[in-house]
Amino acid sequence: MPGGAERVLRRRIGSVKNTKKITRAMELIAATRVARAQQRANAARPYAEQLTGVIENLAAGGADVDHPLLRQVENPQKVCWVVCAGDRGLAGPYNSAVIRSAEREMMAHRSGGGDYKIITVGRKPKDYFTFRGYDIDASFMGFTDNPTYENAREIARRVRELFDSGEVDQVELVYTEFVSLGTQQPVVRRFLPLESTEVMAEQGGGDAAAIAGFSFEPSPEGVLEDLLPQYVEARLFAALLDAAASEHANRQRAMKAATENAEDLITKLAREMNRARQASITTEIMEIVGGAAALEEDDEVAA
Amino acid sequence: MAFTIEFVSPENILYSGEGTMVTARTRGGGDIAFLPGHEPFIGSLQTGEVKVTETGGDMKSFAVRGGFVSVTGEKVTVLSDLAVPVGDIDVAAARSDLAAAESALAADELDPFATADKKWAELRLTMSGTTPDS
Repeated sequence: MPGGAERVLRRRIGSVKNTKKITRAMELIAATRVARAQQRANAARPYAEQLTGVIENLAAGGADVDHPLLRQVENPQKVCWVVCAGDRGLAGPYNSAVIRSAEREMMAHRSGGGDYKIITVGRKPKDYFTFRGYDIDASFMGFTDNPTYENAREIARRVRELFDSGEVDQVELVYTEFVSLGTQQPVVRRFLPLESTEVMAEQGGGDAAAIAGFSFEPSPEGVLEDLLPQYVEARLFAALLDAAASEHANRQRAMKAATENAEDLITKLAREMNRARQASITTEIMEIVGGAAALEEDDEVAA
Repeated sequence: MAFTIEFVSPENILYSGEGTMVTARTRGGGDIAFLPGHEPFIGSLQTGEVKVTETGGDMKSFAVRGGFVSVTGEKVTVLSDLAVPVGDIDVAAARSDLAAAESALAADELDPFATADKKWAELRLTMSGTTPDS
């Protein structure tokens, strides 16, 4: 039936156009959220810098204590992985990249005879590890696109319970580092035990140059004891903010690609549709011409 | 003479201004007041009140849940994961936090987190001018 193929194609173009509108909207939303996430990461920086500044001063003052959070274990057997990814998909390879690098490390550790624990942050890693039959110790979700410090505190509390009680010897943090708008990469970082204060001070890059000669109350060791838990929370919070910014950046990129694909598809389908319409018009003309010629022949025979 | 005062929380800078005096309570050391030119000092704060006297003579009061104070001659920085100006205290939230902390303590009276939560809730109620029991 002429026109049938054309109608089918027209309907498909309509649905692709709708999809394109949705992906375009998601792209724009993600773009504004990246900007906001970056702003929040910047707003969080002074605290981390000041905290590191205090550590620098403590290190300069020679404070080093036998704090549980600094307790190094030779050849750790029980390792906990904190896997931070997203609640939602539609973000390109964002979730799977984090999950894969966590799983790879875990496999390597287990093949060496080690034991593991998993804490998931975000719905996606939880679903993945549950489906694969891993034993999940705790899972947190519902905030990965806009984490608050309270969220970081809750996670830090569970991590410290595990570490302080000696249930795990080491904690690894897996998240996506936000390098720039164009580059984000999944990283696995040693989270606990903490490095010694000297190393923390070197890595932290706090703004204030360490001034020796501070007096401490109650004592350098006492301040350090209070400070280390805060430092753990602040580091976790920074990782969550990085992960959130990365999630939005990945989603923006994925949705941009989807919008472009939809555009390509619309062009292709429109061409096909035009060809189908032209074909049906040509067929109709041929029929009319053929019909007219047949009538003329009839007239000639009758004459 | 004045110095710069900053309250920095993990999420943002809560307050920043010029002042002439800051009073805080450090862990183990009791109340301590800082004037411009104070010797370099780092202290670990108790859950308590931090008072700021601004350059104009206005007093500002903040409830802080622990944290640190870092003082140099020209600058006082209060680092706290939670610091609330006294006018912004949410009494209803503090009450429900207190109830939650108390029920947690009823189950395990040595729970360190619940003890800290209870102290923080009580501080907010006291500072906002309501008694914990009412």
